[in-house]
Amino acid sequence: MLQSACCREGGKNVVLLEITGLGKTFGGKQVLRDISLDVEKGEIFAMMGPSGTGKTTLLRILNLLERADAGHIKLDGMVINGGQNNNRIAARQRISMVFQSSALFNDTVYNNVAYGLKVRGMDKHTIKSKVDQCLALVGLIGYENRKAKTLSGGEEQRIAFARAVVFEPDLLLLDEPTANLDPSNVVKIEEIIRTINRELNTTIIIATHHMNQVRRLADRVGMLLDGELIETGRVEDVFVKAADERTRAFIVGEMVY
Amino acid sequence: MNKILLKILLLMLIASLFSGCIQPDAKDTPAGTLSLSTTTSTCDTDLLDVLNARFEEENNVKVLTLCQGTGKAIATGEMGAADVVLVHAPSSELEAVERGSFIDRQFVMYNYFVIIGPVSDPANVTHAASATDAFTRIADAQVPFISRGDNSGTHTKELGLWNETNITPQGAWYQSVGKGMGDTIITADIKQGYTLSDRGTYLAMKDKIELEVLFEKDKEFLYNPYHVMAVNPEKFPDVNYEMTLKYIEYLTSSEGQDLIQDYGMEEYGQALFIPANNTDEAV
Amino acid sequence: MSSAEFIIQGIITAIELIAGMDPYILSIAGVSLKVSGTATFIASLTAIPLSFIISHREFWGKQKLLTLINTGMGLPSVFVGLFVFIMLVPAGPLGFLKLIFTPKAMIIAQYILVTPIITSISLAAINAVPIAIRENAYSLGGSHRDVAVVVLKEAKFGIVTSVLAGFGRAIAEVGAILIVGGNIAYTGSVGGIGEGLSYTRTLTTAITSETSSGDISVAIALGLILITINLSVNAAVSMLQGRGEERGTA
Ligand SMILES: Nc1ncnc2c1ncn2[C@@H]1O[C@H](COP(=O)(O)OP(=O)(O)OP(=O)(O)O)[C@@H](O)[C@H]1O
Ligand SMILES: [Mg+2]
Repeated sequence: MLQSACCREGGKNVVLLEITGLGKTFGGKQVLRDISLDVEKGEIFAMMGPSGTGKTTLLRILNLLERADAGHIKLDGMVINGGQNNNRIAARQRISMVFQSSALFNDTVYNNVAYGLKVRGMDKHTIKSKVDQCLALVGLIGYENRKAKTLSGGEEQRIAFARAVVFEPDLLLLDEPTANLDPSNVVKIEEIIRTINRELNTTIIIATHHMNQVRRLADRVGMLLDGELIETGRVEDVFVKAADERTRAFIVGEMVY
Repeated sequence: MNKILLKILLLMLIASLFSGCIQPDAKDTPAGTLSLSTTTSTCDTDLLDVLNARFEEENNVKVLTLCQGTGKAIATGEMGAADVVLVHAPSSELEAVERGSFIDRQFVMYNYFVIIGPVSDPANVTHAASATDAFTRIADAQVPFISRGDNSGTHTKELGLWNETNITPQGAWYQSVGKGMGDTIITADIKQGYTLSDRGTYLAMKDKIELEVLFEKDKEFLYNPYHVMAVNPEKFPDVNYEMTLKYIEYLTSSEGQDLIQDYGMEEYGQALFIPANNTDEAV
Repeated sequence: MSSAEFIIQGIITAIELIAGMDPYILSIAGVSLKVSGTATFIASLTAIPLSFIISHREFWGKQKLLTLINTGMGLPSVFVGLFVFIMLVPAGPLGFLKLIFTPKAMIIAQYILVTPIITSISLAAINAVPIAIRENAYSLGGSHRDVAVVVLKEAKFGIVTSVLAGFGRAIAEVGAILIVGGNIAYTGSVGGIGEGLSYTRTLTTAITSETSSGDISVAIALGLILITINLSVNAAVSMLQGRGEERGTA
């Protein structure tokens, strides 16, 4: 029930994203250190860890907003973070991200959601039907002509999701997507994440400190501490018995809240 | 509603870009032009319009007139920014000709400077025996005297007069405005002061001010001749020298001279300028 | 004539001139709008992309450029006029272009005056667009050009404000265009209002010369037109600023 309905059913797991030896320093400070990780097609991978540990930085590097100092990122076996510009551009079109703050464009809801399709040069008719589908997905049909700045925080974040998935990315990066929301909106957003994963078969990496959210959503989880990925595993395994003492302490500590 | 207003304003801005095309007469550069730099005293009367309109018609050319003081007009010509100058400061003109800046200098017309001031005439210049005497009286009475202060022909003349009186004009009563003849007369009118003006500009502005001519004797001293000169084409090959020659010829021809002679008769009951070919002094 | 009468008479005649669509006055307003409009338009074409590049790219001499722009904002217009005059006069280095005392010379001078203003105000507007907006546009698959369009759209009120402010400065400016334009009117009909139609005579320079020759009514008519244009532009600017703030606090 917690699992996505995808590819693993067949038994063979296909790797979508392959990270090897990734490193990043900011002004002499090592923010990410030798990160290696495989993410499989169709899974939801949660990245947890205390504040300032490098979660956002990692997602931004994967989204090609930031350049890594070392290491490779491969999407479907193709290096996307190197000098090969063609790969970069092609990869960018397949990856999408919802940021910690939604930052909608100062425009109508429709134009916000349609943006990713417009820049891909789709025709008006296709855009209309895809936007409709996505607004249905996030439960905001009828909001098309509302100005983005008139939306509530929860609605804003749902439009941010619609906007990020409308062009059906293969990989969706979520950076604490429920950080500033009340419980009822958290439920809605989590439902949307599940639906996206199930119906569009989108691979998702989510950064979060909510342990319960990890349990509710993710198939696998990674523990990032001071820029190092100290442990990865299936959610049920890690939460029952983490291999690393520090992971266990973090889970117990965070569960208190 | 605000939005509509804003759109209208933006439209206006855009429309203004094209207003040049709609304006039929605001052509960027007329086909043939003659650039004339002259003094404010000739500009402030309509004489130039009369002269130039006829010339334009006969020669299919547009005369572009720059109204500056004589000093500036000569300087403009010396920089090659005009084709021809019409000015009234013989000593400066001759110096510029000597420098090789101008050629074909010709006498066009003349009139006389007048001393104008308030009707009450506090300095009593009406009874002055000579122009220098009039200036001395103004300095003695310490009543406001407004000087052009712009290196123009009139200004040069004024300084020459002060020089003759051996008075160095200074103090609160002597005010230099650095502007054209019209401005200077208006300033003098507002301050109820005296100034030296050419007769033409004074007559052209007579209706708009209260000052009157208080001294116009001493013709020898107040003589005010205008000369036309061509910018030397050897210095500035791009000047329209051919048209300049026609213009000089036109001004000194009987056609031009007659126009000068007649100008002002109707409006002011007297001529503002006396053509160079007229030997008897009518003014 | 009492002073009140003098002013009232001047204003009445001025209004009659405007209402009667006096060709001399209309041609002057036309030259003003054409020169300042063109200068503002060309300046915007330079300034808006320039402010975008300054905001988004690092390049050698950027700090110097910013200093130059700030200096340019406060340049006295007579200084710019003098500079352009020296350049364009036949004895000067660009004299061969034969531009002195033409509307084009005036456009050049106003372009120099107005470009720093438009650049600086639109730069502030573009800098105020949150980085997250840019990154979202990029992340959603936008090319560099698409991202630029998004940023410009977000900053559009500020950018339109900058253009209007530039136009406001240009249309009210007198020192530079008087020097490089020469305040020239064509030969006119004798005894008419002013001289012939305007060649390089603008609202501001004509007010100067009409006041000098004592034609106060004409000067007042020109002044009324100028102030109407200026008030409209200022009203638009303050309206836009209101909107910008509304967005900022939202
Ligand atoms: N552009 C930058 N310049 C310098 N330091 C940076 C930059 N971006 C991030 N950092 C530093 O890198 C470290 C990791 O930051 P990051 O935002 O990735 O943490 P995080 O795990 O997302 O934290 P949180 O849970 O609080 O969002 C922090 O110490 C941060 O200060
Ligand atoms: Mg973060």
